[in-house]
Amino acid sequence: MTTNTAPVPKRKRRRLDLAQIPANTARGLDERLQLSTPLRRAFNKVFPDHWSFQLGEIALYSFITLLLTGTFLALFFDPSMAEVRYHGSYVPLQGVEMTKAYETSLNLSFDVRGGLVLRQMHHWAALLFMASIIVHMFRVFFTGAFRKPRELNWMIGVLLFWLGFLEGFFGYSLPDDALSGTGLRIASAIMLSIPVIGSWVTTSLFGGEFPGTEILPRLYIMHVLLIPALLVALIAVHMALMVKQKHTQFPGPGRTNSNVVGGRMFPGFVIKTSGFFMIVFAIIALLGGLVQINPIWVFGPYGAAVVSAGSQPDWYVMFLDGSTRLMPAWDIHLGPYTVPAIFWPTVVLPGLLTVLPLLYPFIEARMHRDKAMHHLLQRPRDVPARTALGAMAIAFYCVLLISGGNDVIADKLDISLNAMTWAGRIGLLLAPPIAYYITYRVCLGLQQHDREVLAHGVETGIIRRLPDGRFIEVHQPLGGDGHGHGLEYVGAPVPKKMNRIGAVAPAVRGFFYPIEKGAPPRPPAAPISPASGPQELESSQQPHA
Amino acid sequence: MSTTHHDQPSSAEPYDVDDPRYSRFDLVREGARRDGVQIVHYAPRFPVPGTKAEKRVERAVALQLTLSGLFALAFVVAYIWWPWRDPIGSWGANLYTPILGLTLGASLLFIGMALVTFAKKLLPDEIAVQERHDGSPPRDEQVLTSTTALNLVDETGIKRRPLIKLAFLLPAAGLGAAAVAPLVGSLLKNPNDGHILLKTGWDPALNGGKPVPLVRDDYTPIRPEDVSENGQMTVFPGIPGGTTSTYGDSPVLLIHMRQSDADALRTSIAKSEATHNEVPVVAGMWNNFVAYSKICTHAGCPASLYEKETSRLLCPCHQSQFLTTDQARPIFGPATRKLPMLPLDVQDGHFVARSDFLEPVGPAYWERPSQL
Repeated sequence: MTTNTAPVPKRKRRRLDLAQIPANTARGLDERLQLSTPLRRAFNKVFPDHWSFQLGEIALYSFITLLLTGTFLALFFDPSMAEVRYHGSYVPLQGVEMTKAYETSLNLSFDVRGGLVLRQMHHWAALLFMASIIVHMFRVFFTGAFRKPRELNWMIGVLLFWLGFLEGFFGYSLPDDALSGTGLRIASAIMLSIPVIGSWVTTSLFGGEFPGTEILPRLYIMHVLLIPALLVALIAVHMALMVKQKHTQFPGPGRTNSNVVGGRMFPGFVIKTSGFFMIVFAIIALLGGLVQINPIWVFGPYGAAVVSAGSQPDWYVMFLDGSTRLMPAWDIHLGPYTVPAIFWPTVVLPGLLTVLPLLYPFIEARMHRDKAMHHLLQRPRDVPARTALGAMAIAFYCVLLISGGNDVIADKLDISLNAMTWAGRIGLLLAPPIAYYITYRVCLGLQQHDREVLAHGVETGIIRRLPDGRFIEVHQPLGGDGHGHGLEYVGAPVPKKMNRIGAVAPAVRGFFYPIEKGAPPRPPAAPISPASGPQELESSQQPHA
Repeated sequence: MSTTHHDQPSSAEPYDVDDPRYSRFDLVREGARRDGVQIVHYAPRFPVPGTKAEKRVERAVALQLTLSGLFALAFVVAYIWWPWRDPIGSWGANLYTPILGLTLGASLLFIGMALVTFAKKLLPDEIAVQERHDGSPPRDEQVLTSTTALNLVDETGIKRRPLIKLAFLLPAAGLGAAAVAPLVGSLLKNPNDGHILLKTGWDPALNGGKPVPLVRDDYTPIRPEDVSENGQMTVFPGIPGGTTSTYGDSPVLLIHMRQSDADALRTSIAKSEATHNEVPVVAGMWNNFVAYSKICTHAGCPASLYEKETSRLLCPCHQSQFLTTDQARPIFGPATRKLPMLPLDVQDGHFVARSDFLEPVGPAYWERPSQL
């Protein structure tokens, strides 16, 4: 830029200056792609910090693990249902007739170097994927994060759950062992039960009568291509919407509905979340290596006459198994036609469990005539009706889940199986309303206690005797005048321990509860001067003077 | 580290990024400001560099990284040189998978911990506030965009060209059908073709019109003496491929009943015969032997757990229970129909099925013949 004052020989200027290469490359790229503004915006994106925001990350990272391990498995698995005779290294099955699918699954377990650890990692990652989706969903539901403007992302999440459910079911059906074949047989019965078109759907999908020779190759292409493609697309939209709409945050000092308080994405968040990815991956690897899952060689190849007691699907399918077990034997006959009893718990119930959650954000907004934008999360106790409704749904789900294993429970605890079924049937009707009532009362109680602390201060445990003989407990006021005119209730965590009040750190931190430690003095070492902009954050650091 | 105010250009003049008075962090802050981000708190974790506490954290991170590398190396060494080909059951084969999982898991765990420790303990402590700008866009923007969209339709003039509009429907419908046809057409399979849902491997037509013999899974025929009293046996149709999944609806449970149970069953059959005139069912038994379809009428699992004391068949999938002394009537659980009975006979001392099942086997469906 200042070359006119000091002319430099031309030859020298052409010399390659290694130190300048990154800067020159960056400038060249920016001139062509105009990257600097969006890139800096990405660097500076602010992420709020709360332990519960990591639940979705677990789902994402187990999905990546699924893609990696699944690609390895696909190199060795053949979904063909052609009959072969086994000659692999697992001696007890030597010479047994089985499908190519089962044979290659056995080979993956015994004759492919490291195949078993990757197969087990794949299965564990699938279980973790579904579990983290569900817990992530709880978090979003109970904190009201699904409210406007995030209804669309909530709906995508519901679809991701059901896609993951199908993907998992197809996946564990592929090895064609005795257990998974039985699961497929039930799936065919479920399809058969659909009114009017059931038999057509089933024979078309199976290429004839169950099991035929078509079903596994068809499930395979859905399992490795169609559903993963849909999952990747929906996850991409899920993430893009999250970035576009920015994170929600819990209420706290300086946090308003129109800002995000946290740390910048680079470098802090990115390093932390990469470490978290590695930890999730590590746990899947440890489980895959150390904890056996789905030992298909024990079950043997599928045969229509083969079954054993204690047949259970993977845990995320178990609630539908439970609903099927609890359903009373009620076939409906319409003239010459039949609606089988199995139709209600396996087709209608999942249908309801898809549609109701999809519509829930709109139902709630409509009931409250709520059209506002919501970026501040609610603590579950502050919305007792929603929290109680969620507890009701969880109770319903848990009864079904337990009923999915009621034969094992009956066997291990020496209870009558029929009694377990009846307990499930009655529990399914009774447990949800009880859960609703208890949760509602607990929410109100927690709220009440927070309000008491805000109004009267923190209980100190110090009893003082007044001159007129009365005893009172000394309360340490949080703010206000300490005589019933305390701080306003805003749904933020309230300190409950003496001598730590008024000292909520600038961003409320902590794993399960805020760490209420003394606010640090103004950081003298900050390389910047205090902000000259909005002062609300500064002032709310000291709730009481 | 901190910069003081009098060094900086006053905020009145336009921001000159080349102004040497700005420190690097001033530029960072300006960039953040332009992105709607305000860094309100920013402090190093260790204000005094090189303290013992800082060194301890540094050493911890370095140790975790080293361990991660060593375990990764151990994974590769074990993967290549572990004697995993030893016979199944030997320690070499047994420990291969745990060793791989342990070394890979430990390596990943340590690098994960190192990264998290690094971010939480060594990166500056910061609080940044980003403004949201997500109210609904200005109304005039909405109006301009929607008008442009409406104009798109006007530009095509499709509204005053009804002929083209109508003509467009034809390729739309045609191509739509053409797109769906290959998928539906190739997959579609009529369940009534050959009555695949009604017929099983016991159809005499599959055995050249002769009754199909009952065989074990190795195709050996069965004599009445082979099943002891109160015993049972899973049998298959004695036709080519009869024991394979090709005849997935054909497995049958052959039961040699106790005298009292057999009498109870005969009474039950006589009763249905009297009320419903279900003549063919009577012929189902042969002496004290009875054969029930193994395919549960609820969801198709093998209903094959035989409880000898109570003479019940239990399906392990959804716990339907069938009473063998009452024509396998469902007495508990979600199943609604009896297990079909196979008409038994003995020819030349071996069991045969005199005909196919008299009603459809397995789960119900919409158009299932329900007269039985």
